[in-house]
Amino acid sequence: MKLTCKRIVRGKARGSVLLLNEPLNFLGMVNTKTGEISISKDSQERDHLRDKILVFPNSIGSSVGAYTIFSLKCNTNSPKGIICTNKADITTASGCAISNIPLALIDSDNYNRLIEFINDNSFCRNEIEIQMDTESEIISIDLKKSL
Amino acid sequence: MLLTQEEEKGLSGEYGEALAAAYRILVAIGEATNAEKLVPIKWAHVSGVNYNTIGDSGLEFLKKISIDGRVGVTTSLNPMGFDRDHKPELSAEFIEKQYEIIQAYNKMGITPTFSCIPYEIISLPDEDTQVSLAESSAAVLANSHLNLKTNKESALSALASAITGKSPYSDLRIEENRNPKIEIVNELELDSELDYGLLGYFTGKNIQKSCAGFCNVSNRSGIWNLKSLASGIGTSGSCGMFQLKKSDDSVEKINYGQPEMKETRDELNTAEDGQVITFGSPQLGMEELCKIQTMLQNKKFTRPCKVFCPRTVYCKAKKLGLIESLQRSGISFISDACTCLTPLITRKNFDSIITNSVKASYYMKTSNKISVALMSLKSIIKKYTE
Repeated sequence: MKLTCKRIVRGKARGSVLLLNEPLNFLGMVNTKTGEISISKDSQERDHLRDKILVFPNSIGSSVGAYTIFSLKCNTNSPKGIICTNKADITTASGCAISNIPLALIDSDNYNRLIEFINDNSFCRNEIEIQMDTESEIISIDLKKSL
Repeated sequence: MLLTQEEEKGLSGEYGEALAAAYRILVAIGEATNAEKLVPIKWAHVSGVNYNTIGDSGLEFLKKISIDGRVGVTTSLNPMGFDRDHKPELSAEFIEKQYEIIQAYNKMGITPTFSCIPYEIISLPDEDTQVSLAESSAAVLANSHLNLKTNKESALSALASAITGKSPYSDLRIEENRNPKIEIVNELELDSELDYGLLGYFTGKNIQKSCAGFCNVSNRSGIWNLKSLASGIGTSGSCGMFQLKKSDDSVEKINYGQPEMKETRDELNTAEDGQVITFGSPQLGMEELCKIQTMLQNKKFTRPCKVFCPRTVYCKAKKLGLIESLQRSGISFISDACTCLTPLITRKNFDSIITNSVKASYYMKTSNKISVALMSLKSIIKKYTE
């Protein structure tokens, strides 16, 4: 399935999807040494950013989060690409710009199609892969075996 | 976003790598925020100073950009990791790298204010001036209380604007976007700076718009309350401005009552008691130091109490005898740094702290992994002095 997007930072990337429904405060919620995210204190489950295509609404909180994205990249723990679903905020945009991480924004129609695909394939969620090409402003989402 | 010929030259590297990197950042932000052009700014405030937060990669970035990067406008600087005048109990490596970060900022021509409340220590530009402030609490306060215009900038966007003297013309920089499209209707008596902080945290978390309106919040709120409100908003969300105003029937509303306050407090209050009291996230100014002294009435704290404030505030208070008086009450002062993400309060030396700051509470919990007893200044003084 192909989706259209808006290019914020140029580049191409391919990886497994990491979908977050809540915004991220990169400074408080992300460990740059491991690439782990902790969303809430109650959550024992830890998502990893490394080599993923991060799909999330937008970042919140600290202005220093831009350096967190850069640290993730330098520590090889960064996502390969990032897709914002609510707004491409200044912290994420500037962090991706200096880290050369492709960044795209998708509108609500394309977001709904993306969610629908993920829900339809929830039984093999780990097999879902995203290819981003922000040069041509196209995002492809598919199951790994068919790529 | 359309660039002028000069800006295009800067982006292409004709004027050096630092300027090119700065324009690359601004172009990405311009795309992200649908800006049509860059506009001049007159003041930048840069975050990303504490080695605890930016680490080795941040230091390397700053070393590189400071080779030929020089700021073109007045630029102030956020807090660092410790007080330069008091030898901290930190590793030699930490101290050395912290000084390397400072050296890079000095080289770029940035004023070493080491403060997250620059609006209390430097002379401000005229009202309505475009500025670029990275510290989230300062950006929200500047838009809402100081009548300056900034977006809620990132550490890197503010640095890029400091170097180029420009920022993408978008969002809160445009007058028509500075009217609230959503309002928080306050149903409570806001008795303390903590109440304002909790309201701010709730607002940031629940409002996605750039500007929030508050109904039933006094427009004569003191500076400590406003700083708490702004820092709460800045911590939990992406909202960059508030307005204290009468209700407008035409905009969407969210109620803030007892259940909402309790839920917010329960999220941030993670301990019943603490080993040390901290004040200052954002750092305290003169008015707050005076308020503490007045409320103390010569009583002494029964727990260690640390106050974080800018060096300029500390020096001014010292001249007035205020520092000595507060020290007699058991307060110790830390200049140049801030409670938020300080390396001076860690799991190695403390399990829990007591503070009146929602921002300190959030970052102590998430980054320093320390539990927090969140109480108002009045409650702290009542419980922990004799």
